[in-house]
Amino acid sequence: MVERRPVLNFVQHFVLILGAAIFAFPIYLAFVASTHTGIEVNRGLPLLPGDQFFQNYATVLGEGLSTAGAPPIGLMLMNSTIMAMAIALGKIAISLLSSFAIVYFKFPFRVLAFWTIFITLMLPVEVRILPTYEVVAQLGMLNSYAGLSIPLIASATATFLFRQFFMTVPEELTEAARIDGAGPMKFFRDILVPLSRTNLAALFVILFIYGWNQYLWPLLVTTDESYYTVVMGIKRMANAGDSLPEWHLIMATAILALLPPVIVILGMQRLFVRGLVEVEK
Amino acid sequence: MADITLNHIRKVYPGGVEAIPGLSVDIEDGELCVLVGPSGCGKSTLLRMVAGLEEVTGGEISIGGRKVNDLEPADRDIAMVFQNYALYPHMSVYENMAYGLKNQGTPKAEIRERVNEAAGILGLADFLERKPRQLSGGQRQRVAMGRAIVRKPQVFLFDEPLSNLDAKLRMKTRVEIRDLQQRLKTTAIYVTHDQSEAMTLADKLVVMNAGRIEQVGPPIALYERPATKFVAEFIGSPPMNFIPGHAGADGVTIGEGVKLDDRPHQHGEVSVGIRPEHLVRDTAGPLSVDVRVVERLGASGNVYGWVEQTGSELVASLTDATLPQPGETMRMSVDPAMLHLFDRETGDRLD
Repeated sequence: MVERRPVLNFVQHFVLILGAAIFAFPIYLAFVASTHTGIEVNRGLPLLPGDQFFQNYATVLGEGLSTAGAPPIGLMLMNSTIMAMAIALGKIAISLLSSFAIVYFKFPFRVLAFWTIFITLMLPVEVRILPTYEVVAQLGMLNSYAGLSIPLIASATATFLFRQFFMTVPEELTEAARIDGAGPMKFFRDILVPLSRTNLAALFVILFIYGWNQYLWPLLVTTDESYYTVVMGIKRMANAGDSLPEWHLIMATAILALLPPVIVILGMQRLFVRGLVEVEK
Repeated sequence: MADITLNHIRKVYPGGVEAIPGLSVDIEDGELCVLVGPSGCGKSTLLRMVAGLEEVTGGEISIGGRKVNDLEPADRDIAMVFQNYALYPHMSVYENMAYGLKNQGTPKAEIRERVNEAAGILGLADFLERKPRQLSGGQRQRVAMGRAIVRKPQVFLFDEPLSNLDAKLRMKTRVEIRDLQQRLKTTAIYVTHDQSEAMTLADKLVVMNAGRIEQVGPPIALYERPATKFVAEFIGSPPMNFIPGHAGADGVTIGEGVKLDDRPHQHGEVSVGIRPEHLVRDTAGPLSVDVRVVERLGASGNVYGWVEQTGSELVASLTDATLPQPGETMRMSVDPAMLHLFDRETGDRLD
């Protein structure tokens, strides 16, 4: 669209700004709420930030919410980070290797293996959550980081994406590497993985956020407070029983819980965008 | 340095397609052997079998007297230059060239020395830290060559290495490849579909068609005495003309008694081959040609038209001064010694 018409420009900008405002407004409200005292928030939400910023954030980070029986936010943030990292890195490692096997090796039932993996795409975590819980419980992995992350690691999506990417790598590269005396694992390490760099970054961002946002699974496998994740924590805080929920602290927690994914995206933005738009060969 | 022997090589693809039905060639030490043929004739398959990238269904390949059928490409002491260069995009020029040596466990100091030496030969010394995508096509081609020569292999394999270059660069690189191969005295197999590349580079030229060898020999021998119509058509540019004719006791005639040669033959119905460059304008000549298109190339030109007496298409290469105008009818003659006679059915050479 290269048309230059002032009216059209105005309409375009209006629509874009409106859209951005609709998306940003709840976050702004959450931030505003986190800078007032609980009494003010419960009386009716003001539209301008208050002066309780440092106090509220210090409370959630240091002490946690007494009423919710939750641990301090700091610990929950760390739990979430460990879980999301383990899930993202684990998914990438496993799917890289499995798609490497599927694309580059001829073994019996290769196609069957691929389709089996592919079909699991259609089964979200929630569908197999009970059997998975049973297995994890029997293995004694309840209330542990392993229990939080391992069952979520297998990833058909990532396997599928890497398979598609590997299939675009020119065959001559594989042959040149064979002539250069690189065995399969050397080829994988020296050539395939470096070539997948941008895809890895894009996938890492997506998978980190996927792991970070897990709610149902951590809720099932953790009963020990010291393994709670921050997403669960927010929900528990809102269940305040008889007393009023302490919205100012809940919102402060929500804002804090937003930060790590944002940091990951900002940090990887350049690679992430390249991985999404460009096939580098 | 090594000779290569291909002994009854067969290639059958899964599914039963027979790409090469049994083929033997000997390539001597230090020779540059060019495999040429139309696409799908099996020349690349043959090269890839020598490289070890394609399995050999039957027969034996040996390099320097050592049977290599079951060896991994890396253990065959060969280096290959691919059509699209197949450079590792994430590695610098230096790393690209060093990768093979590194995998062999060559000491770092020696790698550095050999890469620098190769870079010097190929004029890449200033580009060692660049990535392939920062190089031009010609430079990438050199890197691919460099990757081959640093390993000091017994055999170079070239798989249409010039076809991604523009015409000018192709000529220049062709000379460089020839020069380099002669200096290093390394046996080489070179695959191409370009007949001028084949003619200029080869010590030994192998013309292939449908998985079979049509003719093997020095390029000039193939040009002067093509063994089959296929070779005659393939070697030389523009390609040879073929006019149906009769070679009997009264000499070689085409059409209604148009005599090209007085000497008696006993071949009967033949295909008479005439190279475009052997046709000359001659007011007393036997051939009458209707000129349709004239291509002026400067010093010479190509004339396209029809032989009036037989209706066959004809191309003639003439010097610029003798070029006709389109639409003209001209008389032409050809030296009888330059005629090639082929069997009309089998396409085999008759004399």
